[in-house]
Amino acid sequence: MKKRKIGLAFTALLATGTLLAACGSDDAKDDKKGSSKDAFSVAMVTDTGGIDDRSFNQSTWEGIQAYGEEEGLKKGDGGYDYLQSASDSDFTTNINNLVRRNFDLVFAVGFKLEDAVKEVAEQQKDAKLAIIDSVVTEHDNVTSIMFKANEASYLAGVAAALESKTGKLGFLGGMEGDIIGGFEAGFVAGAKAANPDVKIDVQYAGSFGDAAKGQTIAKRMYDSGADIVFHAAGGTGQGLFTEAIAQKKAGNDVWAIGVDRDQYDEGKVDDKTNIVMTSVLKRVDVAAQDMIKKTKDGKFPGGETVTYGLKDDGVGLADSHGAISDKTQAEIDKAQKDIIDGKIEVPEKPSK
Amino acid sequence: MSNRLINILVPVISVILGLIVGAIVMLVSGFSPVDGYAALWNGIFGDSYNIGETIRTITPYVFSGLAVAFAFRTGMFNIGVEGQLIMGWLAAAYVGQAFELPTGIHAVVAILAAAVAGGLWAFIPGILKAKLQVHEVIVTIMMNYIALHTANAAISAISGGKEKTDKIHDSASLSSEWLASLTQFSRLHWGFVIAILAVIIMWFILEKTALGYELKSVGFNKNASEYAGMNVSRNIVLAMVISGMFAGVGGAMEALGTFGNMMKLNAATGIGFDGIAVALLGANQPFGVLLGAILFGALKNGGLNMPNAAGIPTEIVSIVIALIIFFVASGYLIRLFLERASKKKGVQKVKGDK
Repeated sequence: MKKRKIGLAFTALLATGTLLAACGSDDAKDDKKGSSKDAFSVAMVTDTGGIDDRSFNQSTWEGIQAYGEEEGLKKGDGGYDYLQSASDSDFTTNINNLVRRNFDLVFAVGFKLEDAVKEVAEQQKDAKLAIIDSVVTEHDNVTSIMFKANEASYLAGVAAALESKTGKLGFLGGMEGDIIGGFEAGFVAGAKAANPDVKIDVQYAGSFGDAAKGQTIAKRMYDSGADIVFHAAGGTGQGLFTEAIAQKKAGNDVWAIGVDRDQYDEGKVDDKTNIVMTSVLKRVDVAAQDMIKKTKDGKFPGGETVTYGLKDDGVGLADSHGAISDKTQAEIDKAQKDIIDGKIEVPEKPSK
Repeated sequence: MSNRLINILVPVISVILGLIVGAIVMLVSGFSPVDGYAALWNGIFGDSYNIGETIRTITPYVFSGLAVAFAFRTGMFNIGVEGQLIMGWLAAAYVGQAFELPTGIHAVVAILAAAVAGGLWAFIPGILKAKLQVHEVIVTIMMNYIALHTANAAISAISGGKEKTDKIHDSASLSSEWLASLTQFSRLHWGFVIAILAVIIMWFILEKTALGYELKSVGFNKNASEYAGMNVSRNIVLAMVISGMFAGVGGAMEALGTFGNMMKLNAATGIGFDGIAVALLGANQPFGVLLGAILFGALKNGGLNMPNAAGIPTEIVSIVIALIIFFVASGYLIRLFLERASKKKGVQKVKGDK
């Protein structure tokens, strides 16, 4: 009797499962039929920062969304979509899932996805993958997108050094490495070029997701006399804005410089005051749209590295909303021209 | 109702309750629970790729669960599994890429190195507890942070300033082309066999050896054990070291199987902390831990498919999965309810035997 009951329970469980499974596959088929087959579909996998990191994941997604809306595509199979990664072990699964859903181009956002991209590229020869912030050249079905963030950081350094009243600046980095090192090197070089006497306090939080720690470091910088702090620290940078707003409310004349996207909205103190001086833009959205266009036209630069710099509008400074004086702006424009013309060579690695 | 029937009914009812509450959460936030659960199911068992990935996800959970459970059985609360796992991961990744050894032997050496690293990392809280009565919870928590940042610094040093270590040599790898081809290129590796072995080893140590008897005895009552002539401090240190060794081998699974290297970590992996829940779900029994790890790993991997196939945001998925685990963990309440019901109402029993 008992055994029969147990057997019944298991049968019921299995039946539910099969039923659910059946539902699932039906839906999937319907979806595929519903969308137009010839549309060029695009998807992306985030790193652990998530889709709303107010940074390059979000920026990539904005580029993809812009493309999708332009083409009248829908979010989902055959259109555009994204998957978030909660941990490093999710990268491969997520990329694979999107490839298996037949997206024509899959973006892997961030250098952390490098190994996962290589792995999938080897197995899924027909897939087209694009990795951002990392160079993978050994596979014909992978293209690498890099940014000369050091060039825009140089301009931010010029702006900060000229606008600083205390002659002391701060740089808040996420984790040490080539990518963030580029921001640091450019910022320091620009600041020193504009004002050789400027002091720059460089600190790394050791994380891209620790806003509390970002705030502690920012507080220490402001308290020790720095009045402009530039962050290249992803989510950790939220702590910088929190602290700068608190300082401003306490009557201290401080500024913050944002990164990746225009972070002006993060720095709102009240309707009239804002502590974000400008942001170092890494136009991942521009690059993503450009890459989608290239691939769609059959010019997928497989095995190559495409670099976006000041020249290509791939990096730049955001609107300062009046925080930067015209005099400083003139210096910035001059530096920008010199970089584009090759008169100034911006270092890629911080000098140690 | 017999005890045995209750033992089976409790987890089944708790899972069903968890699914129902999860469904309500999905409904309230405007998503179809049917699609959601279908995606979850397919993410676990959908095709051979998913099954392979599910087993791969389960593997490290088995080790972290065993590590926590082993310490528990000896009366120790090892919150440091996370750190021990990271150290094991680092050791295995290093041995895997720095030395050249024959195939097979290399993997064994790398796994042993991971066990030693995890064991050493757990030795510190063990000896502090045994000699100075420093509470192991505080020490192990702090050792997690030390492990995280030590490992990140070590990766920089080993790789010459890069974000990750070089890939291990094939001779140390646990992954197999045969398993990959069987599962449409999933990352399934031989680690799951080692995980099952580890379950048996833990059962053997605890149930069949004098050492295990002593360890459990210290866990039940320290003073009585000392009175009976057992060396309590030695047992405490040993328990932590063995627990840490399980955790370290769990890290080796990531190094030699899943990733083939180690990258700088932003934050803790979470595998060690989830190990606490896995151990509790499994009632600190080796085979229970295996079941707990299967539940955790399956939900974790299946959950990845919910945004993929049903468009449910990752945040909602986390809530739904946490709810299912919550209800499974609170199975005690359901058991209490069932026992009361069967005691009070004879009717229930008749119904049950129909």
